[in-house]
Amino acid sequence: MTTADQLLNAAGLRKSYGPTPALDGADFTVGPGEVVAVMGPSGSGKSTLLHCLAGIIRPDSGAVHYRGRELSAMSDAERSALRRSEFGFIFQFGQLVPELTCTENVALPLRLTGMGRREAEKRAAGWLERLEVDDVRHHRPGQVSGGQGQRVAVARALVTGPRVIFADEPTGALDSLNGERVMQLLTDAARDTGAAVVLVTHEARVAAYSDREIVVRDGRVRDMAGAL
Amino acid sequence: MSTLDSRTPQAPPAPEPAPGPAPPTGPRGAARWAADLAMGARFALTGGRESWIRTVLTAVGVGLGVAVLMVAASVPNMLGAREARGEARENFGFGPVERSDHSALYTWSDTEFRGEGIRGRYIEPEGSSPPVPPGVEGLPGPGEMLVSPALGELLASPEGELLRERLSQRVVGTIGDEGLLGPKELTFLAGSDTLSDFPDSAMRIDRFDEVGEPEPLDAVLLLLVVVVCVVLLFPVWVFIATSVRFGGERRDRRLAALRLVGADSRMVRRIAAGESLVGALLGLAVGAALLLPVRALIGRAEFLDISVFPADVRPSAPLVALIAVAVPVSAVVVTLFALRGVAIEPLGVVRDAGVRRRRLWWRLVPPGIGLVLLLPLVGGIDAERGTIDTYRIAAGIVLLLVGVTTVLPWLVEWVVNRMRGGPLAFQLAVRRLQLDSGPGARAVSGITVAVAGAIAVQMLFGGVEGDYTRSTGHDTSRADLQVMRDLRDGRQAWELTERLEDIRGVDRVLGAAVLHAPEAGTDPNGDRSWTRITVAGCATLEQLARLRSCEEGDVFVAPPTEDGAEEPGARPGARLDLNIPVYSHEKEAYERTGEPRPWSVPADAPVVVARPDAMGRYTAGVLATPGALDLTRVTQAHADVSVKLDPAVPDAVEHIRNAVETGSPETRVMTLSATDQSNKFAAVQRALYAGAAGVMLLIGASMVVSTLEQLRERRKLLSVLVAFGTRRSTLGWSVLWQTALPVALGLVLSVAGGIGLGAVLLKLVSTPVAVHWTSLGAMTGIGAGVVLLVTALSLPPLWRMMRPDGLRTE
Amino acid sequence: MSIGHTLLGILETGPRHGYDLKRAFDERFGHDRPLHYGQVYSTMSRLLKNGLVEVEGVEPGEGPERKRYAITDAGVTDVAGWLGRPEKPEPYLQSTLYTKVVLALLTGRDAGELLDVQRSEHLRLMRELTQRKRSGDLADQLICDHALFHLEADLRWLELTAARLDQLAREVRG
Repeated sequence: MTTADQLLNAAGLRKSYGPTPALDGADFTVGPGEVVAVMGPSGSGKSTLLHCLAGIIRPDSGAVHYRGRELSAMSDAERSALRRSEFGFIFQFGQLVPELTCTENVALPLRLTGMGRREAEKRAAGWLERLEVDDVRHHRPGQVSGGQGQRVAVARALVTGPRVIFADEPTGALDSLNGERVMQLLTDAARDTGAAVVLVTHEARVAAYSDREIVVRDGRVRDMAGAL
Repeated sequence: MSTLDSRTPQAPPAPEPAPGPAPPTGPRGAARWAADLAMGARFALTGGRESWIRTVLTAVGVGLGVAVLMVAASVPNMLGAREARGEARENFGFGPVERSDHSALYTWSDTEFRGEGIRGRYIEPEGSSPPVPPGVEGLPGPGEMLVSPALGELLASPEGELLRERLSQRVVGTIGDEGLLGPKELTFLAGSDTLSDFPDSAMRIDRFDEVGEPEPLDAVLLLLVVVVCVVLLFPVWVFIATSVRFGGERRDRRLAALRLVGADSRMVRRIAAGESLVGALLGLAVGAALLLPVRALIGRAEFLDISVFPADVRPSAPLVALIAVAVPVSAVVVTLFALRGVAIEPLGVVRDAGVRRRRLWWRLVPPGIGLVLLLPLVGGIDAERGTIDTYRIAAGIVLLLVGVTTVLPWLVEWVVNRMRGGPLAFQLAVRRLQLDSGPGARAVSGITVAVAGAIAVQMLFGGVEGDYTRSTGHDTSRADLQVMRDLRDGRQAWELTERLEDIRGVDRVLGAAVLHAPEAGTDPNGDRSWTRITVAGCATLEQLARLRSCEEGDVFVAPPTEDGAEEPGARPGARLDLNIPVYSHEKEAYERTGEPRPWSVPADAPVVVARPDAMGRYTAGVLATPGALDLTRVTQAHADVSVKLDPAVPDAVEHIRNAVETGSPETRVMTLSATDQSNKFAAVQRALYAGAAGVMLLIGASMVVSTLEQLRERRKLLSVLVAFGTRRSTLGWSVLWQTALPVALGLVLSVAGGIGLGAVLLKLVSTPVAVHWTSLGAMTGIGAGVVLLVTALSLPPLWRMMRPDGLRTE
Repeated sequence: MSIGHTLLGILETGPRHGYDLKRAFDERFGHDRPLHYGQVYSTMSRLLKNGLVEVEGVEPGEGPERKRYAITDAGVTDVAGWLGRPEKPEPYLQSTLYTKVVLALLTGRDAGELLDVQRSEHLRLMRELTQRKRSGDLADQLICDHALFHLEADLRWLELTAARLDQLAREVRG
């Protein structure tokens, strides 16, 4: 893979929480539009890798480049702005703001970029329709099922038209059918919009929606594409 | 996991299991209660760091409230002790006292220094064992005086230099605490050997503690006291109730775990009550412990010229007992009440808040009853009549204020549910309040009560104060001071006027000699005998009546006004006796001594209409120029001089007092104008602001605690929002709005409630309703300040919680 | 499952007599189907012929069970190659995968490595199945799901086994 193909590139990431290293020299690359599964046992540093890649936390050492810009050289405000406009996020649970309606939750990232409420909610409604949850538009997250909530979260991750979507165990709290559906909708939408997906999961069936997988073990990354 | 998230009930709360028959074994009834409460108590003390922190927070909150209540409970003792000392050192001079070895002459010579009252007494022993007031070991001799420590300090300080000219006696000792009302009281006891020269102003006494029947407290004042107590103490109770709920959400989750191991829903409620009970009991201990430093603090403070000895701050036993019972009981009741809408299930806590709409009607019941209690009393309270239905009024006020707290949650919900749009931070806050406005409204209710009460009290003070000012009728554009002096001889009549004219800072002096004379040949003890004669120059007389012209040698007759005393001699041609009869204590009657000295009102004296003088008095009777009435023939009179000051000269009043009040009781100086009253009002206002600000700070502290608690619950969500690139400022503003909206609504409600309560109170004392706008502004400002403070204190933890650590699930 | 590779793997831990070999195999891998002596002798003679094992010594007496076998360098390479090569993903691979994990741990190799390679291989098939499922009809979907679940189940079982045995091996070694 040449550098031109690289959307997101991490080299030699190290990050410790206290005395235990969560990442111990991790390297990783994502190309445009690529769906990459990040696998590995619990506590191997999968989520830490994702947080470093997304610029949520700064690695102790090593560098993350997004489209040629080094994230750790950016200020907190710049990284926040980057996350608002270029990245989307999906987590396992507890990510929707409980007091906002589903539409408002989806519109949230747009409003963070300064878009007006009306326009933001119009776009949000479009995405909810596309993810087949427009019937719960005016419900609060507490009033919808887990699968519906997760689709709302997917809509929210996609609404800004991000180049990278970070998904941390997006189906972790769902049953098989809902999990499959969410993965299908997510990968279809990502493919249509050309967004890359970094998918942290420990489930092979979920990872099977990816184009390739990497394995994080003891804070190091093993790129299985290179191994074969 | 999501079922544990109290904010997002996934399913309607499962119905409580029907109360089946009690289990055949185990304790029942009271024993059950006791066992569960004890278990809760154990959790509170040994339940790990979290419950321990919760217990400490509650104890500190309750302790602060209890300390305030304890001080309030000391007020009866404070006032009682004050009054007792005040009586023990005084003699109002009732009844005749024979001159004896243990009698003394005694007179009052109070003065004022830069607006501060100084109580002054002169004493002259007539024998070897004169009476000695408490706090004094031996009476001061002529030219000596004993002073209170505060007065001694003032005299010794550079500020007291001017006063030293007036109180020039040698200080030979201090008056002990038992002879003082409070530590800051300014008083002196001076010795004299000239009191016998002033038989009219000096009285003969042979003992102290002789004050007769104490005057009943003015009903209006009593109303004020009742209102102030209720208004200041009710928010304290609200604060205590809020403190008991500190950390409630986390505790509920702990209780859910207890349900999982088999406790039933009533048991966990009792256990929760037990936890609160421990916090409240510890709070009582904290409050009692706080009382000592608070007492010391009170000893150093002075309010409305009142200072209190720390030793007087003794809570009265029945009130202490009431507090000791009411606080823990309130804690238990509040806890049980707070858990009313919460289902603690084995798998988590489900709140039905936000599902059930708040209803208005029962919230209107308390203020309704309050109005029903108060409205029939409208116009029924009179300063002259000393009794008011204290309990009824207190209950009415409390119910009206309770109404403010019960209506507030409904109002917040009603308003918030109608809010749409706005910037993102605002939307987040509004939505949050829409989901559950309870905690916000609860915290604010204390502020609301404090502000409503303060506004009402200010209106009452303002109205009553305005009333008093109007009734004095002083016209400060004409005079600032009125100086009066007894004259033993008519020849001294103009001496005082001349002396005053020479003092720096005096702008204009209008002097008069005033005497009351009987008609010649009539019985001086009869009903229609005495007539007032005012002798003064034309300039002064023109101030007292409408004169068409005035020349030296003229005499005028001013018939009495409708409500004035009868002036039988106020007619042309009347014959009056200038040899004034003297009152004999022995015979209890006036006696003529010596030859009559008749003087006739000229038959052609014009009849004129009296007009009010600077003090608002109508001077009826005979008005004579010095050329028409020879004052040297008069045996008894007093000088009455009005003085207008030059406002550019500082301390002019003090210079005048120094000039005329030199070491004798014969001269009295009265300050005109309402400045004195306004000062007092300003002090009341400052105290109210301080009290309201203090209460709001207390409540602000509890708001900080509950905001932090709420933020901690949302740690994960905050981290997610950070991942999305949410700006810190957006979340900061959202916290601000979330605090500001309930406070703003609370302030609106409290302004409405306060004005309403104030209007009712003013109606009670039949005073026109006027709103005190500056105080409204100040209260609103304080409220806004509290919001900002709460937000400012919440921000650092918010920033800390916005770190991505919350995203780590592994 | 390859008996030859398994016996080779056992020999990598140290030379053994034919009888010991059978007992070691039965103990670890032959719970339901013990090995015949005949199978041991024929396999050994094939391995001898391919130069993967050698006879280190002979005890006095008759029969192949008296021979003491040792692994050659070629034999070690052969075991490594077998362990590193993922099995073709298909359901019910457990006996082979189990054997491989145990042998990897017995011979001091990294079971995680084996696991990663095998997972990758499984995932390749699973991706194909997922793709087919997304474009196929309901029958296709159901069939693919069946296969996917089984493959995933095998992977998860393998992960669990590796984790458990790794722990066990550490306890034995430590």
